[in-house]
Amino acid sequence: MSAASGDNDLRDIAVAPDALEARLAHTWRTPGGLRGFFTTVDHKLIARRYIITAFAFLLLGGVLAMLMRLQLARPEARVIGPDFYNQVFTTHGTTMMFLFAVPVMEAVGAYLVPLMVGTRNLAFPRLNAYSYWVYLAGGLLLWGAFVLDIGPDIGWFAYVPLSGPQYAPGKRADIWAQMITFTEIAALAVAVEIVVTVFKQRAPGMSLDRVPLFVWSMLVTAFVVILAMPAVVIASSALILDRLVGTHFFNPAEGGDALLWQHLFWFFGHPEVYIIFIPAVGMVSSILPTFVRRPIFGYLALVLALVGTGLLAFGLWVHHMFTTGLPRVGESFFTASSMAIAVPSGIQIFCWLATIWMGRPVYRTPFLFILAFIATFVLGGLTGVMVASVPLDSQVHDTYFVVAHFHYVLVGGAVFPLLAAITYWFPKMTGRMMSERAGRWTVGLLFAGFNLTFFPMHILGLQGMPRRIYTYQADLPWGGMNLFVSLCSLMLAAGFLLFFVDAFRSARGGKPAGDNPWGAATLEWATSSPPPAYNFAHIPVVSSANPLWDNQGALPVASGLSVNRRELLITSMAEARPEVRETSSQNSIWPFLAAVTTTILLIWSIFSPWGVVWGSIPVAVTLIGWFWPRGMPEDDA
Amino acid sequence: MRRALPVLIALLLAGCGGWQSANDPGGPVARDLQGLFWLFTITCGLVWIAVMGVLAAALLRRPPGTKEERERADRRSVQVVGGAVAGTVLIVAGLTLASYFATRSIASDNPHELVIRLRGYQWWWEVTYADERPDRVIRTANEIHIPVGRPVRFELGSVDVIHSFWVPNLSGKQDMIPGRNNSIVLTADRPGSWRGQCAEFCGLQHAHMALHVVAEPEEDFERWRSAQLAEASAPATEEEEAGKRVLEGKACAACHTVRGTEAAGTLGPDLTHVAGRRYLAAGMLPTTRGAFAAWIADPQSVKPGNNMPMVPLSADELQSVSAYLARLR
Repeated sequence: MSAASGDNDLRDIAVAPDALEARLAHTWRTPGGLRGFFTTVDHKLIARRYIITAFAFLLLGGVLAMLMRLQLARPEARVIGPDFYNQVFTTHGTTMMFLFAVPVMEAVGAYLVPLMVGTRNLAFPRLNAYSYWVYLAGGLLLWGAFVLDIGPDIGWFAYVPLSGPQYAPGKRADIWAQMITFTEIAALAVAVEIVVTVFKQRAPGMSLDRVPLFVWSMLVTAFVVILAMPAVVIASSALILDRLVGTHFFNPAEGGDALLWQHLFWFFGHPEVYIIFIPAVGMVSSILPTFVRRPIFGYLALVLALVGTGLLAFGLWVHHMFTTGLPRVGESFFTASSMAIAVPSGIQIFCWLATIWMGRPVYRTPFLFILAFIATFVLGGLTGVMVASVPLDSQVHDTYFVVAHFHYVLVGGAVFPLLAAITYWFPKMTGRMMSERAGRWTVGLLFAGFNLTFFPMHILGLQGMPRRIYTYQADLPWGGMNLFVSLCSLMLAAGFLLFFVDAFRSARGGKPAGDNPWGAATLEWATSSPPPAYNFAHIPVVSSANPLWDNQGALPVASGLSVNRRELLITSMAEARPEVRETSSQNSIWPFLAAVTTTILLIWSIFSPWGVVWGSIPVAVTLIGWFWPRGMPEDDA
Repeated sequence: MRRALPVLIALLLAGCGGWQSANDPGGPVARDLQGLFWLFTITCGLVWIAVMGVLAAALLRRPPGTKEERERADRRSVQVVGGAVAGTVLIVAGLTLASYFATRSIASDNPHELVIRLRGYQWWWEVTYADERPDRVIRTANEIHIPVGRPVRFELGSVDVIHSFWVPNLSGKQDMIPGRNNSIVLTADRPGSWRGQCAEFCGLQHAHMALHVVAEPEEDFERWRSAQLAEASAPATEEEEAGKRVLEGKACAACHTVRGTEAAGTLGPDLTHVAGRRYLAAGMLPTTRGAFAAWIADPQSVKPGNNMPMVPLSADELQSVSAYLARLR
């Protein structure tokens, strides 16, 4: 800091209150037009983009689901052939897991975490921008391939040897594996940002026991992402190497092992389910208090349950492999650990029930979604206990029973809370309310449509219908129920369509919301709707877990931050005591350019190993551009 | 309506005997599994009803009014939630134990078992009956005969990708993984015929990779076995004789074996007694002369993507080879 810092370092206390917001808005603004579009590092703009993209992929994945139901409605139907069906179910699963569920949860986290902890942006905002573009490129790669009829046809799990060089000629499997790389990079980036934001950027006074439960859930999720993703990085890289340069990681004839793939994939794949599910229960824990008008019951137990779920997530992967012939004692261990997950899940459900029991329910749409979630998720959790048993799993594994089970867990357990969250935070993101009337219809259609569609699949599975079959013969006793399921799926689709239409219309013409339309307790409701680019004119100071309920009137605030550079407050990890002022990145085109060069490298490497060599040069150039010091105030710190 | 569901399920499951189903056991293993299934289902069903009951009561009850009432409710909730968590632990531990003991009873060994080697191909099953004497070894495909009451050990392997052997009426499934040797023991305790199907996604025709297990009394089984040991039936008519020549002279013989003829290929199913099997092409078509003709004329439209090529044949050749194959009982 030199003498010039007097100009540079204009603090908020030295600015008149009415000029402050204009000054901050100028400092934190995203320029308009295309330039702003490609250079912004505002976590709200990026997260909103992320959420919209993820819902677009949900819509596409849903269209594929309807195609499958059309084909399966009748025995030996010829609506789509086996090759296209395999592409459809692979792309459906891959889209829903990698392009919808994980990104949308991280995106809601990226939007809300800074607001809920009372800071002005995520840590590493440029990484956040980069993450979005890489994610988008991965999604376009998969769907571009699908549209060109070279979509992956090996299942979202891509078991070798079916996905290996011998049985999957062409580039379909490589496209799948490289799409995984894109989403890995994107997810890891957001995870790192969230960990640092939660640990170091919380509002003064927000000690760990006052952190909103959704933020806790995102923190646990971020750690699960960081620990689980390397396994699939190794797996998909080894697969590409097997295919591209003839290594034999998975080829038993050359000393490789086909089962190794399954271990690596599920060591990531099972935590993946919790990467989707943990944010969802965090949403429930954060939304519920608002609609029963009392603080959550059992805060500490809920935090421990989230952490426990995150830890157990790594001890369950073998339950996807109970029929592969592993030693029996080992399998029993994984039965026990898989069933143990019922304990933290049970704790959460009991705490929610106690919260409702002692509260005064207000039946608005987000609360209705939570009720639908409880009914559906408990059922999915219980069938989870069934598939955790080795002998029972030997019957229902890879049948429609499992299809029913994981849709109960993922749609009932994660999508319903997500829709509750979108409805609940929609006014914060857009400044407008979604329609209550449309919301009730949506909940009704989705709940009835979902259960009528997926419950019968349990029975189909017990009747012996395997998964991933493109058709079945007319003399098998599955025809009637499949037709019923296909018809009911129309109701489910109608529910989703209604949600989309309502969201689209409400974003333009919904009722104006105001800062805190639901009378909620957490910090994101202490700023305007939608929040300004700088989130908070003054960083709030917190003295309880429910600041807006316990501090009726005005929140105390911290001041002393600069107004003409992007500054935020770093606080200590446990107690959130203010430590230091820290600058936050300026807008930049480099994250976008780096994402473009990363995309070129990854797609090139599908076709030639030299893509990695020559493609790394432009990546290096863009990264140097990204980190080049420019003598701006933000570089000082 | 939700309470009626378990009853509804029971009714639906009861009405589905005959084909493949986990709820129509034809042997002790599948019966144990069915018992375990109902133990789990009933336990889980009761838990679900209890949770929904508490949720409904929580929504319907009058909210606590005074401060003391609220504090009392708070204290009581701590106890109730603690109790519920303890209950969850107990239920989960009980179900884990039940599951463990079920696995142990299934795993028991028996020295008098029949050994059958099963190898998965895209998209059919090669069945080999092991024997100490090489001339007593039987090789067939897609239809497995077993004696009632005798344990059968299936030694499972695969020549290409991962498949999974599953006959739900007799037992759970077990994967067939290239480079690994898995096995599964099952017993049929009543005569019957059950369909099974590949349960691990294995490519284009995963949907049409079925097999049938025929359980029959010991003497019928032995009769079947000695019939299988015989060489192929000789052609009885001129047309069949011509058919045999087609089979030996055209591409058929490159992949298929008919013992007693010059056809000795090993890539496709053994056809020595193909007409004695109930279905053609791994459960695709009931075996008839017409089905042979349809299959040979255009295998790719019957089972798109399968590995049998269309061999160009004249109408006469097609007729005669179908007639010959229908003779191979």
